[in-house]
Amino acid sequence: MVRRLAHNYQLYLLLIPVLIYFAVFHYWPMYGVQIAFKRFTPMKGIIGSEWVGFDHFERFFNSYYFMRLLINTVGISLYELAVSFPVPILLALMIHEVSSKKFKRTVQTVTYAPHFLSVVVMVGMLMTFLSPTTGIVNHLIGWFGLESISFMTEPGWFKTLFVGSHVWQNAGWSSIIYIAALTNIDPQMHEAAAIDGASRLQRIWHINLPGIMPTIVILFILNIGSIMNVGFEKIFLMQNDLNMSASDVFATYVYRSGILGAQYSFAAAVGLFNSIVNLALLVAVNLAARRVSGNSLW
Amino acid sequence: MTHKGIHDKVFETINVIALSLILIVVLYPLVFVLSASISNPYLVIRGEVLLFPKEITFQAYTRVFRDSAVLTGFLNTLVYASTGTMINLAMTTMGAYPLSRPNLPGRKIVMLAILMTMFFSGGLIPTYMVVKSLGIINTYWAMVLPGAVSVFNLIVMRTFFENIPGELHEAAMIDGSSQIRTLLRIVLPLSVPILAVMTLFYGVAHWNSFFNGLIYLSDREKYPLQLIIREILIQSQMQEMMELADESAAQQQLMGESIKYALIVVTSLPVLLLYPLLQRYFVQGIMIGAIKG
Repeated sequence: MVRRLAHNYQLYLLLIPVLIYFAVFHYWPMYGVQIAFKRFTPMKGIIGSEWVGFDHFERFFNSYYFMRLLINTVGISLYELAVSFPVPILLALMIHEVSSKKFKRTVQTVTYAPHFLSVVVMVGMLMTFLSPTTGIVNHLIGWFGLESISFMTEPGWFKTLFVGSHVWQNAGWSSIIYIAALTNIDPQMHEAAAIDGASRLQRIWHINLPGIMPTIVILFILNIGSIMNVGFEKIFLMQNDLNMSASDVFATYVYRSGILGAQYSFAAAVGLFNSIVNLALLVAVNLAARRVSGNSLW
Repeated sequence: MTHKGIHDKVFETINVIALSLILIVVLYPLVFVLSASISNPYLVIRGEVLLFPKEITFQAYTRVFRDSAVLTGFLNTLVYASTGTMINLAMTTMGAYPLSRPNLPGRKIVMLAILMTMFFSGGLIPTYMVVKSLGIINTYWAMVLPGAVSVFNLIVMRTFFENIPGELHEAAMIDGSSQIRTLLRIVLPLSVPILAVMTLFYGVAHWNSFFNGLIYLSDREKYPLQLIIREILIQSQMQEMMELADESAAQQQLMGESIKYALIVVTSLPVLLLYPLLQRYFVQGIMIGAIKG
């Protein structure tokens, strides 16, 4: 054993900086989470600050914001999951059926491209396009004789804009994985089905879809795992005083109360609550997926 | 032609039409931004530019490139992206290589500890406090150290290393090569495709990142490009660009609109131009990570 360790000392040497990185930037914050149960004052430090138990959590659960944050966070996530999860699957199935190589490549190149825009640019585009006075969308609406809509400041539009732009930007990119899975399906199955008289749609339904089901399940679980912090940066950028009632989520609230408001302990408690719900969902869905389909992350 | 054959033809046609529509929907906003950025701003605001540019002018671009904040941001981002990506590559290789060696004692535990961080984290505030106690707030380090390794990329790279034939390692060992030497002389030269993928993944992430800058930097001189364009695009703060010229308020507003379009182009073009050339590598990378990881 000792000899094996000694033999591999160079490999461990390589690992040391990486281990230090994970210890410092991932595990040290986990240790710091305890301030959620303390009244943290920078003077006393993490260890020296006094314990207050679940005070911060109680204050948060009882606050006016809690329900609004919960509804928005879960609402945006479910909306997002319902729309932007199936679209890439559909897109992949469609792209896979194209027989012209050139057209196929064009569709792929173009639909992947928006993925490379930054969130700032994406939100900037939304704002310029949707501006009530100068944006192109409201010009189009105007031509139909309708009133212009102030999309970005109207709470009712927030979730749809968020999810819609997400689909525009990422559907193509997310379809890559499914396209790859589709190309791995044995062509003999298609030949056999074709001989038995199956139509294109039937073959897609009975061969292609089941063929990529394991991939779908895994990605679904991963999506659930991050359900509570979808697109935080984009929500943050799209947020303004007027759409707050529809756009405020746990993560933006943590930023406001913690980074801007310097209420470290309280914000850490909110963040911890968010992480725990996330983790619980992940474990639950993983368990369910294993029972139902036999596929799971672990 | 059989009955079934006709059905398939109909299917194919509908499919191609539907995909063409999708193509237009994705492409149109991009083309519009480009056209709007080089058109007479008055026509853009009135909604007369729909697809092709009208009364072409490059005024907005000269404004953008004359602006010192944009230039500083651009240079800062170049620095963050290049040093950051180099750190990312070194760290990811150093992590992925040992973890790809099948007989390394303790590899499972280390891998588990790393994977754990994908599913649970301390969260924003505790991470911020760590960065603060390290004393790197408002320094260049805050932009490159906290995200030095991405777990996803580490897994992709480890999978790639695992697929390099073990015989090569054995041969190297018999020849008396040390493990670091084997990595540098044999494994890395065989890993050019994956190194390209990693460079691109990390590079684009640095280019597009704004949130680290937002929370860790207070000095505007150090702001990355994305933070600067956030101020102009989203918060509509472009006084600096405006003060350069003495125009009427109406003219300023006009110019402001086309500056926004020009800024979108300037920020996105570097990545969008590179991307078709490198698409193959990107796709390869995401597939290695997805299917075997």
